[in-house]
Amino acid sequence: MVAVPKFDQVKVGDALTPIVLPPITRHQLALYCGGSGDHNPIHVDIDFAKKFGFKDVFAHGMLSMGFLGRLVTSYAPRDKVRRLGTRFTSITWVGDVITLSGKVTGKREENGEKLIDLEVKCTNQNGQDTLQGHATVAAA
Amino acid sequence: MQLDRKVIGHEFEAFTATAEAGKVKLFCKAIGEEDPIYTDAAAAKAAGYKAVPVPPTFLQALTNDDPGKGGLLRLLDVDIGLILHGEQHYDYYAPVHVGDTITCQQKVTDLYDKKGGALWFVVSETSMKDQAGKLVAKATGITVVRNPDAGKK
Repeated sequence: MVAVPKFDQVKVGDALTPIVLPPITRHQLALYCGGSGDHNPIHVDIDFAKKFGFKDVFAHGMLSMGFLGRLVTSYAPRDKVRRLGTRFTSITWVGDVITLSGKVTGKREENGEKLIDLEVKCTNQNGQDTLQGHATVAAA
Repeated sequence: MQLDRKVIGHEFEAFTATAEAGKVKLFCKAIGEEDPIYTDAAAAKAAGYKAVPVPPTFLQALTNDDPGKGGLLRLLDVDIGLILHGEQHYDYYAPVHVGDTITCQQKVTDLYDKKGGALWFVVSETSMKDQAGKLVAKATGITVVRNPDAGKK
């Protein structure tokens, strides 16, 4: 079980434990199509993707945001997540190996709640960020 | 292609979606989430949850449960093959659990172009309320539309 971060012990600059994911597969994109209800064929139908100028199908941005959710909830419990947001900065292709990483960027109090701000991101095997996100979690 | 800023302020029809256990399970499998709190009521209770919670970005599965799905594309008259997801942000005000019925109301809040009209950005906000009428989350998304006419002159 993930423990609630202790506000006094957290320091700006603290790194989250990185997670290296297995390579993205077409099967995973099909599962996410069903699981998320995002049925855009561009992620699962190569004929459709090619028609619109792409070399292949590519991952849903929201699949990767789901990975960021996993990273954040490996740092703080689910019910402590107050914000999660991201920019989708480059396309994630089938076969890409994504690493999740993050760090503490701030500590503050809002409405009597102690909060920790995080920078979180997805980076591919070439060192290119595919998602540049941020999150806020409540601390104890 | 020229998108019209008059769509700003457009409100889509509200709808209600249920956080279904089977959908959450499939969602977890897709993202590789193996924490049993999302699939096992006993594990969720042991971790201090009153019911099985949904993963943070499962809210997308709820907003995608729109019976009028694709409304934004129809409003803009844009083909689905031309869109990309630019940004997504969630503000969480209260937890969502399996079995909750969430009412979603989406509206267009901004529209602008970049690169001389080669890319258009459509911002929309969705408020999400639970069965008690309590605001549980706000979802803000930016959809990028690739202009098929760009560079064609």
